[in-house]
Amino acid sequence: MPEVAKNTVAFRGGGFVPGTRRWAPWLAFLVIIACWETASQLRWLPALFMPAPSEVVQALHALLVDGKLVAHIVASLKRIVSGWILGSLAGITLGFMMGIFVLARSVGLPIVSALFPIPKIALLPLFILWFGIGEPSKVATIALGVFFPTVVSAFSAVDNVPRNLIRMAQSFGLSTRMIVFKVILPGAMPGILAGFRISSSIALILVVAAEMIGADTGIGAFVLAAGNLMQIDQLIGGVVLLSLLGLGVSALLSIAEKIVLRWR
Amino acid sequence: MQVVLEDVGYAYGDLPVLEGVGFAVAEGETAVLIGPSGCGKSTLLNLIGGLLPQQTGRISTLGTPPAGCLNPLTFVFQDFALLPWRSVAGNVALALEHHRLGRAEQQARIAEVLKLCGLSDFADALPKQLSGGMRQRVGIARAIAVKPAVMLMDEPLSALDAQTRELLMEDLISIWARERTTTLYVTHNLNEAVRLADQVVVLSRRPGRIKRIVSIPVPVAERMKPEHAALVKNLHDELWSLIKAEAQVADREMQHA
Repeated sequence: MPEVAKNTVAFRGGGFVPGTRRWAPWLAFLVIIACWETASQLRWLPALFMPAPSEVVQALHALLVDGKLVAHIVASLKRIVSGWILGSLAGITLGFMMGIFVLARSVGLPIVSALFPIPKIALLPLFILWFGIGEPSKVATIALGVFFPTVVSAFSAVDNVPRNLIRMAQSFGLSTRMIVFKVILPGAMPGILAGFRISSSIALILVVAAEMIGADTGIGAFVLAAGNLMQIDQLIGGVVLLSLLGLGVSALLSIAEKIVLRWR
Repeated sequence: MQVVLEDVGYAYGDLPVLEGVGFAVAEGETAVLIGPSGCGKSTLLNLIGGLLPQQTGRISTLGTPPAGCLNPLTFVFQDFALLPWRSVAGNVALALEHHRLGRAEQQARIAEVLKLCGLSDFADALPKQLSGGMRQRVGIARAIAVKPAVMLMDEPLSALDAQTRELLMEDLISIWARERTTTLYVTHNLNEAVRLADQVVVLSRRPGRIKRIVSIPVPVAERMKPEHAALVKNLHDELWSLIKAEAQVADREMQHA
C-alpha cells in the first residue's frame, strides 16, 4: 500500500482582530515625555522655545498654588458648558424637527447646509457688536459652533431610526408625542452622542479662539498672554491643560454612552 | 370581528399594485394571503391595518371588539420590530403604556402573555440576547397583550429557520384556538398556508387581483392527522399550480427591475 503524506493543518487565521491594549497608550505617553525630558536635559532642544516637561509641570504647579490656573479653568469651563448646552438644546430641537417634519426638513436642510461651513469664530466681532465684549458674545460663538454639527447629527440620527419601529408604534396607536419620546429619541441616542463628541471638541476650539480675541481670563487668554511674555513653560502648560480638558470631556461622554447605550 | 374588503385598489404613484380586491374574513377565522413577490400582499395588510391610506374601494370591520381589547387591528411584523433598548417585558409594555391601565393590570397582562408565549424566564432579557424564534414570540406576545380583534401577520415566520417555524406554527395554532382572533396572515410559504388557513386568498401578480379563494374544510387543529395527509398535499399542489407560472414571471420581472 503506498504511503500517504500526512501533514498537520497549519493555523492561518491569525491577526486582523480589532482590539486594544490598555497599557499601550500610557507607555506611549511615557516614552514621548521621557524622550522630550532627556532631549531637554541634554540641551538638544532650546530651553527658551521648548522647555522640559519638568519645567512645564513646575510652572503649572506655581500657577495652581497662587490660584490663577483655577480661575482660568473655571472661566473657560463656564463658557464651554453654557455655550455647549445652549447650542446642543437648540441643535437637537431643530434636528428632531427636521427629522420628523417634512416642511422643517425642506426649509432647514438648505439653510443649515449654507451656514454650517462658515467659520464661527469669524462671527465673534459681529457678536461683540451685538452682545458687547463680555460673556454673551463668547457664549454665543460657542453655542453657534455647537449648534450646526448638533443639528446635522440629530437630524441624521432621527433619520436613521428604523422606520419599522415607528410603523410598529403607530400600529399600536401611540400618539406622535409618545412615538417621539419612546421610539425616536432612544433610537437616535447613538447618533446624538456621537455628535456630542464632535460638538464638544468644537466648543473647546472656539472657547480658546474667543478668549484669545477678547478676554482677560480663560485658558485661551492665558496661553496668549504667556506667548506674548515669552513664558513658554506656561504656554505649553496651557496647551497641556486643553488636552487634558478634551480627554476629560471624552471620558465623560464615554461614561454617558455606557449608561445610555448599555443595550448595545 | 369580521373584516370585509370591497373592490380595494392601491397604487404607489403611477404603479398599480392592487386592483378590485374583495373578500371577507369571518370572526375567529384565519385568511392566509399568498401570491407572487410584489403582488401587493403586504400593501393589502397595511391598508387593512390603517398604515396606508385607502385609495379605492372600502375596507371595513363588522362587529364589536372583544372585552378588554385595546387595539382592534394589531400587527405582527416579519422583522419583529422590537425596540432593542427595551427588555422583553418592556417591549410588551410599550403596547399598553398609553392606555389607562392600572400598574397591576398592566403587569398582569404582561405576565400572562409572556407565560402564554413561553417567555416568562426571559422577561428581563434584551432582544439581542434572544434567538429569532424567541424574538418573534415577543412580537406575538406584544400583539396578544392588547387582546386584538384582528391580527395582521406579515410573514411572521419567514425570517426563521425551518425547525423554529414548525414550533411557532404549533404555538400560533394553540394561541388562535384560545383567543379566537380573526387573523389575516401573509406568507410566501405554501406549507404555512395549508397548515394555518381557514381560507387561502390567492393573488395574481402585480397588480394583485384575487385569483382564487380556496377554503380548507378540515379544522386547523386536525390538519396534521394522517387521515388528512392526502387532502393537505392536494391543497398544497393546487395552490402551487395557481401561483407557479405567475411566480416565475414575477421573479423574472424582479430580476430585470
